[in-house]
Amino acid sequence: MIKIAKYILYDILRNRFVMLYTLFLLVVTFSMFSLDSDPGKATLSLLNIILLVVPLVSIIFTTIHFYNSYEFIELLLAQPVSRKTIYFAEYFSISMALATAYIVGVAIPMLLLNFSESSFYLIIAGLLLTFVFVALAFAASVSTRDKAKAIGVALLFWFYFTLIYDGLILYVIYSFSDYPLDKVTLAMVSLNPIDLARIIILLKLDLSALMGYTGAFYKNFFGSSVGVIYSVLFLLVWALAPLLLAMRRFVRKDI
Amino acid sequence: MITVSNLGKKFGKLEVLKSIQVDFNHGSSYAMIGPNGSGKTTLIKCILGMVIPDTGIITVNGKPIANDWSYRNLIGYMPQIGRYPDQMKIGQIFDMIRDLRQDQSHMDEDLIREFKLVQMRDKRMHTLSGGTRQKVSASLAFLFNPRIMILDEPTAGLDPIAVEILKEKILAEKNKDRTFLITSHIMSDLDELTSNVVYLEEGRILFNDTIDLLKEETGEVKLGKAIASVMKRNLKDAEKV
Repeated sequence: MIKIAKYILYDILRNRFVMLYTLFLLVVTFSMFSLDSDPGKATLSLLNIILLVVPLVSIIFTTIHFYNSYEFIELLLAQPVSRKTIYFAEYFSISMALATAYIVGVAIPMLLLNFSESSFYLIIAGLLLTFVFVALAFAASVSTRDKAKAIGVALLFWFYFTLIYDGLILYVIYSFSDYPLDKVTLAMVSLNPIDLARIIILLKLDLSALMGYTGAFYKNFFGSSVGVIYSVLFLLVWALAPLLLAMRRFVRKDI
Repeated sequence: MITVSNLGKKFGKLEVLKSIQVDFNHGSSYAMIGPNGSGKTTLIKCILGMVIPDTGIITVNGKPIANDWSYRNLIGYMPQIGRYPDQMKIGQIFDMIRDLRQDQSHMDEDLIREFKLVQMRDKRMHTLSGGTRQKVSASLAFLFNPRIMILDEPTAGLDPIAVEILKEKILAEKNKDRTFLITSHIMSDLDELTSNVVYLEEGRILFNDTIDLLKEETGEVKLGKAIASVMKRNLKDAEKV
């Protein structure tokens, strides 16, 4: 697998897009910390940008890359290599490339500018989100042969998790406000990887009240360290489940 | 060496292969002929494991190929249209495939030399012409001395000199106990290169025997004419029904 991943990584790193992404993250991180003197607030602003940008870039880049490497997959399939190996090599190299961009663009400058617990959790959350959305992009890509359709599905995933899902939660809370909804909201939050990532940081930033109802409740329910472990575990499930489902599909796919 | 039994494949509603039954024996060379869309490439892709058949079993050397990949060590494949990652250089493609193959004892670099690909090692794949890509595909297929060679329209897109080099290579390898499976629309090439003919039409095998027998049956001297008369006969049969 490593042998194949080496060549895929080489191909990705020659791509200017990953460079631009790294540069963008660098600029955002530096500007957030230079604009705001309070590191807590700066982390929060950065969080909001990361929660939008990291999933979007991960899911779109992966989908496009998957279709562009169709030839490569074809070439490998005529060789004595198993499909699982090819699949995991693809996942490994794409997520590694994006994770490297994130580490260079956000993690290293943050550790230099503001070495604190909340920065550490922001880094973890961003990396986990990368793995989750790369996996979701694979799920979108293997299900159709049509590139445009797959990009559409990928974008839909992103819209759903960043915008639509929050609306749904609000709607549920609003219309059933007469009932005790604590556990229901907790369950609903677990079904959205972006919310889970947000919770990790907010719990650590001690700004959970800012997040409103769910944040306050979440903190109350878990205390911060259990909440973090819970969120991280659920994010891992969010990465593994689509990854394995898409693999089952890829193994039986006609290339 | 390769047995295909009862192979069926549908793409959506379109039935591309209809219970194909064919053996490709050790040491023989087969021409696969058929109109466009008759299922030749799909059959080849099934043998390579790129397309998963709906029904039927394919075995290579007695072992079923489903969920197996090691049998591809025995196969050299030249695709109809060689597609490669844009950013990779010719040299890297060769290095990578070498990396992936376990058996590296005796490499056959004749074609790389004769097609003068060594001088172009540093060219990126997206800068190459279609013909040069075909040369890369051909060299890759022959590189590991595979026992089974599957060539999907090998001469399409090559210049006359390259075609001659490739044909000579195929003829030289034919004597070394290899199984060849060649599809082409150029009958004169197949006449030179192969000894058996498998004729596919609409996902069925209509004819599978030696070329000599086919010529004898139809009373033609050239493969192209012989095939044409088989096709006409089939048309007449169809009209009668």
